[in-house]
Amino acid sequence: MIRPDIFTETATALKTIYDNQLPQLRQLKDWQSKYRILMTLGKELPAFDSEWHRDEFLVQGCESKAWLLHYQDPVTNQHFWAFDSDARIVKGLIILLLVQLNGLKAEELAHAKPELLLSELQLQQNISQSRSNGLQAVLNKIKAVM
Amino acid sequence: MNFNLSALRQQFPFFSAHPDWIYLDNAATLHKPQVVLDAMNLFYSQQNSNVHRSAHGLSQQATAAFEAARSTVAQFLNARFSHEIIWTSGTTAGFNQLVFGMMGPVLQPGDRVLISSMEHHANIVPWHIHALPFGVTLDRVPLTADHRFDLTAFEELLKLKPKVVSISHVSNALGHIQPVAEIVRLAKAAGAIVVLDGAQGIVWETVDVQALDVDFYLFSGHKLYGPTGIGVLYGKTKYLELLRPLLGGGEMIKTVCFSHSSWNDLPYRLEAGTPNMAGAIGLAAAILWLQQQDLTAMQQHKTALVQRFYAGCQQIPALELLSGPTTNAGIVALNLKNEHPADLATLLDQQKIAVRAGTHCAMPLFQALNVKGSVRFSFACYNSFDEVDRTLTALATAVELFAE
Ligand SMILES: Cc1ncc(COP(=O)(O)O)c(C=O)c1O
Repeated sequence: MIRPDIFTETATALKTIYDNQLPQLRQLKDWQSKYRILMTLGKELPAFDSEWHRDEFLVQGCESKAWLLHYQDPVTNQHFWAFDSDARIVKGLIILLLVQLNGLKAEELAHAKPELLLSELQLQQNISQSRSNGLQAVLNKIKAVM
Repeated sequence: MNFNLSALRQQFPFFSAHPDWIYLDNAATLHKPQVVLDAMNLFYSQQNSNVHRSAHGLSQQATAAFEAARSTVAQFLNARFSHEIIWTSGTTAGFNQLVFGMMGPVLQPGDRVLISSMEHHANIVPWHIHALPFGVTLDRVPLTADHRFDLTAFEELLKLKPKVVSISHVSNALGHIQPVAEIVRLAKAAGAIVVLDGAQGIVWETVDVQALDVDFYLFSGHKLYGPTGIGVLYGKTKYLELLRPLLGGGEMIKTVCFSHSSWNDLPYRLEAGTPNMAGAIGLAAAILWLQQQDLTAMQQHKTALVQRFYAGCQQIPALELLSGPTTNAGIVALNLKNEHPADLATLLDQQKIAVRAGTHCAMPLFQALNVKGSVRFSFACYNSFDEVDRTLTALATAVELFAE
């Protein structure tokens, strides 16, 4: 069973990151400081039950794994996400995608280009080229709910 | 001869194009000396014509160059005959032809095949596709505690009378050099046909297939300073003659009528379609180049690089080393405790150090080691001690970032 509050807790954490760490990341210039923050973003997220590390939720990258849970609010039609990854940097990058996507409705998702933030922050120039970390696969899966 | 690193390095144009990178992904593919590029360029600009087919003199010229390349490989491996060199597109393609070709003539339902725990998927998946569905059993030699080939267990497993023993010459994930002479001797004494996956081994040491008495030896051009898309399946004539062709089409046939075709002689029987002519010529150029180098000095240099890097890694306590520094062809695989190898590789990539992270097409090995994967540093003759030292500094920087 997936406890429904994982989605509200994740949403709160993503909001915190959007308000606090994201502005910091935008200001930093050197890669070390940026990665230092990126690698700790995952700590903000609520605990992800290990029983959710199931194949049905798995998005397989070549090197790392990510698990993605989805919930659509029946009243507002918003899409909410909870997730985990076994690699810290990938987890941080997914967070930076989801701070932009969490809670969007299908029509908003269709137009979203969350990957632009990663190139703006110079964290990942082109996510479609790096099939290996699975980021594109995560994005495809999110967009596939539409 | 002595070893002049800067003169050697200057022969590789890739490095002048990327002076700020340190390339330690040599087990994935090697860079090419200028002579290889020149040979291919010469082929396309002056010799290009389809081989074996046309009556005109230009085709005969191309055919001569192409067959000379085959002879170069045959001499390099000390094969008895040129026709024992089958061109493939690489080790993977060679294994698929080999395994498919053995089904029936060599392998029957109920037969066993023995591989090791550190095989590349190229020496696993073709068996899964072509052999297991027909009732062949795949056994594997376990690892010793220090992640080496377990010869004692191997001798036990040989008592199961495998028809084929197929082992990597050098492990692509760990760099460990397998005791191939022992393996071939024991396997042959047990009556097996012996296959060696030379993808990583051929660049480490000269292989004399007759002295080694190995039945099949496979490798890829691009891991021998040659081009991509070309590889070699060496086989003893009597075994190559048994293989059923995987690919049918032009050049591999003697006669075709509507309902039946009879096959051509070796090597053409196993080389359907227009071959990778420029690739073959480029590979031959790479071999001729390699034969002009001081191979012993190259080996010593690579060993020194590995040992220096290994010793440096030992100074970083959070690292877990999966490879050993001796009997090693140039690879150090490691992990940072409790961290994902992909993360460590990303932080090295930020510092322009090219390494590979993951399971290196050897998933069963990592299942046996019970780790997610590794970061693999693979060294080549053109790497320098300075690069080793800068990589160690970068590694320390990355490790510090995790510690916070
Ligand atoms: C030991 C080993 N076998 C087989 C292969 C497959 O070679 P290729 O991809 O050139 O077909 C490789 C390459 O990674 C290898 O290292």
